[in-house]
Amino acid sequence: MATPLVEMKDMCISFGGVHAVDHVSVDLYPGEVVGLLGHNGAGKSTLIKMLSGAYQADSGDILVDGKKVKIESPRDARAHNIETIYQTLALADNLDAASNLFLGRELTTKLGFVDEHAMEAETRKIMGKLNPNFKKFHAPVKALSGGQRQSVAIARAVYFNARILIMDEPTAALGPHETQMVAELIKELKAQGLGIFLIDHDVHQVKALCDRAAVMKNGKVVGIADVNKVSADDLLGMIILGKCPPGVTPGPGAISDDEAAA
Amino acid sequence: MSDDTLSGPKAPTARNLFAALQLDTRLLGMIGAFVVLCLAFNFVTGGNFLTPRNIFNLTIQTVSVAIMATGMVFIIVTRHIDLSVGALLATVSAIMAVTQTQFLPQVVGLELGHPLIWVLAIVAGVIAGVIIGAFQGWMVGYLGIPAFIVTLGGLLVWRNVAWFITDGQTIGPLDETFKMLGGIDGTLGETWSWVLGVLAVLVAVLLQFNNRKRAQSHDFPVKPLWAEGVIAVVTVAAILGFVATLNAYEIPLPRLKRMFADAGETLPEGLTMGYGIPYSVLLLIAVAVAMTVVAQRTRLGRYIFATGGNPDAAELSGINTRFLTVKIFAIMGGLCALAGAVASARLGFSTNDIGTLDELRVIAAAVIGGTALAGGVGTIYGAILGALIMQSLQSGMAMVGVDAPLQNIVVGIVLVFAVFVDILYRKRTGD
Repeated sequence: MATPLVEMKDMCISFGGVHAVDHVSVDLYPGEVVGLLGHNGAGKSTLIKMLSGAYQADSGDILVDGKKVKIESPRDARAHNIETIYQTLALADNLDAASNLFLGRELTTKLGFVDEHAMEAETRKIMGKLNPNFKKFHAPVKALSGGQRQSVAIARAVYFNARILIMDEPTAALGPHETQMVAELIKELKAQGLGIFLIDHDVHQVKALCDRAAVMKNGKVVGIADVNKVSADDLLGMIILGKCPPGVTPGPGAISDDEAAA
Repeated sequence: MSDDTLSGPKAPTARNLFAALQLDTRLLGMIGAFVVLCLAFNFVTGGNFLTPRNIFNLTIQTVSVAIMATGMVFIIVTRHIDLSVGALLATVSAIMAVTQTQFLPQVVGLELGHPLIWVLAIVAGVIAGVIIGAFQGWMVGYLGIPAFIVTLGGLLVWRNVAWFITDGQTIGPLDETFKMLGGIDGTLGETWSWVLGVLAVLVAVLLQFNNRKRAQSHDFPVKPLWAEGVIAVVTVAAILGFVATLNAYEIPLPRLKRMFADAGETLPEGLTMGYGIPYSVLLLIAVAVAMTVVAQRTRLGRYIFATGGNPDAAELSGINTRFLTVKIFAIMGGLCALAGAVASARLGFSTNDIGTLDELRVIAAAVIGGTALAGGVGTIYGAILGALIMQSLQSGMAMVGVDAPLQNIVVGIVLVFAVFVDILYRKRTGD
């Protein structure tokens, strides 16, 4: 079997005695979309923030292409081509699309000054592909609609040759049409061989977009299921009860049959 | 692209005329308010306000606060505040004064009036200012103490550190060359002022042309040619008008005679000379240009505005916001030193109460100039214009003969009102 693009092994992090993520292991292969499911507070976002460099794990290993890496800051994550689209979008509202797209990675002229024109030109190019209706290149992003903002956030993740993409509820604030647009994009990126972690609440969407789904509860993995082999109800059962359906290997967070019976 | 597609309609209406010029309407509003203010004072004082002499004085009185206000823009944009600038100014002026009157002549052995003294004094002051500023920034960024508290403490600490350094004495007289930074004692003279003005005109037009060419090379929409022309003409007129005004303030005859006597010559009959651009104003212009370049053309500037707009986003984009805070406060400290040099040079001494209440003037200038306390928004030129408006109000009222308490009452009301108008403006334009 091929080497996973990313492997997170035995990840732990706690905040003030609460084990937010407790011995969690997940992996992700090229061209694969792995859904992360679970209640609010189940530890999905925390797990993913350790990969994106926003949090530092207490223990556990992160392997990229089979090699152990240290991710101590968002900058480290970016150096390994790990890009994140955060739930809250992480855009600076007062800046325009180009400034946000290149934030932290500005294009500069030979003299080291920020090259606004080059950045705008690149932004126009990529937005032309992602969202051809996008026209407001000089407006601060707070003047944009939810979908337009999301496309800026996605453009930012995709532009810099991401190999591993983390999407934290990318469609939470979007209308049906824009959700469809994001779904199409996920399929396209998957076809290009990117590995994608998709955090989502909607089990139907996860079934439609993902290859596998990792369900978390109370900071532990309930189980990792092939989405084609389980029903949406099975997934809900995993999320709500922590009960693994037959055919899914139970993780540390799954309840045993005895507990389920009781 | 042909010129036909670029030039606007033949008879532009007022609305699309402004749209085509793509001017900052906020800036226009501020300039408008400033012009109205000046004209009103000029009318009430019977034409005494807008004389070359008064304009000259206004500019040199504004410099110290304006220099600090440019730094305050960065601080407020990143959602911090600095209440210690006036006190910090006192500490660094004391350091510069002691350096030039005691340390360099007595310890290092440079004789009084040595041409290196003024440079070394300013360098010492800037280094001290940067270190103190960086230290305060470190406490804000790395220790997480709110800037309000750090700099409120700093206000008390640095005011009294200044007192310690000088034992409460007024230090002076300061070095003769150093004093040229104060304003009236150091000006470029008519010829050099014109040379500088013409150079500034050339640079301004070249920059505008370059900007347009680069936008075109990327096929971006550009302003119609007539709009570029209008902007160029206004810029050129403003620069040359400013130089002409400062040159029109003539050196008084007795002073001119003394200057010629000092040089061992006699004053030719009927000769008059204008002051020209003061060195302190040159310093302000240099600071303004440098700070504007930092704000708009460097990563540091980008990060400052991004952090102000959304600190979490900045952090997640890999920006080291803590170290950024240190840098911003260090810049503020350095600018306090430059402002302190100008302020003490203007007095000729470093006094204990130098810079008292400057923190409030500086913050007011930045805020009147459109810097939003919520963060993320602010311009360098706005802050300088804000400082100029405050100074004009104050000296205008003094000329009219308004009582001192009333002057401060009016300035206070204007500050609150200006921010209110700004809020209304932002609501209506939606940004």
